[in-house]
Amino acid sequence: MDLSILWYLIPSVIMFACGVYGFVTRKNMIAILISLELILNSADLNFVIFNRFLFPGSMEGMVFTLFAIAIAAAETAIAIAIIINIYRSIGEMNIRLTNKMKN
Amino acid sequence: MDSVGNIILYFVVAIAIVVFSFMAVRTTKLLRAATYLLFVLIGSAIFYFQLGYQFLGAVQLAVYAGGIMVLFVFAILLTHNPNEKAKPLETHRRIAGAIAAGLGVACLTYALCTMPLLNGASLSQCLAAEEPITMKMIGTAFTGTNRMQYLLPFEAVSVLLLACIIGGVVVARKR
Repeated sequence: MDLSILWYLIPSVIMFACGVYGFVTRKNMIAILISLELILNSADLNFVIFNRFLFPGSMEGMVFTLFAIAIAAAETAIAIAIIINIYRSIGEMNIRLTNKMKN
Repeated sequence: MDSVGNIILYFVVAIAIVVFSFMAVRTTKLLRAATYLLFVLIGSAIFYFQLGYQFLGAVQLAVYAGGIMVLFVFAILLTHNPNEKAKPLETHRRIAGAIAAGLGVACLTYALCTMPLLNGASLSQCLAAEEPITMKMIGTAFTGTNRMQYLLPFEAVSVLLLACIIGGVVVARKR
């Protein structure tokens, strides 16, 4: 039995689908952020898999994934700062009730 | 032909990723969702190691599993009672989410089945086809300006991280 490219893409597809499902259904802002991390992580995984199986000998997919990880870290830190700030000012984490940012 | 150990490792990690990513979006307790996300991230790091990108796996473990998860746990504990459960989902939300996820899976499966680039090369063939990536190669790729070298985005990321630090302080400070 050979581990070909499809074997690695299947868990990535399922991770992406779970992320989309959580992104649509969740109401808590931190839970939405967790779903977003799942989607981003499946995209990172895809970069690396395509790099390894279709273009061995170059490392552009790996470099892109490194940049994506750095940017995702920055984005998550800012998002969590904003969420905690919203919670401090209106005491609410439900995304459907936070349609006003000030007062 | 791949080695038996690689195949067993693949199946363990793949099943763990599928199960834990499903549980991360289904559980009602937020702290558990964060823990399941941590398991998914560690699983992807093991995939990176298995595919031969040792540096990338280490970065994934350090930045994602180490840094971002601590942020998540802090944010959850600052804003939630750990024993509190989320309210059950409304049915139409759940149906909308299932439709969106199903559409995504259908599109991706169609794209995978019709993709002309798919080749039947196995992992061991691909790993044998190239010499392992050394830290010297990564360092030259990040600090040069020739073709396939990325000094400009590298510097842009450092400016982005600085902006992120300043933005985080400005957003989160007490007034």
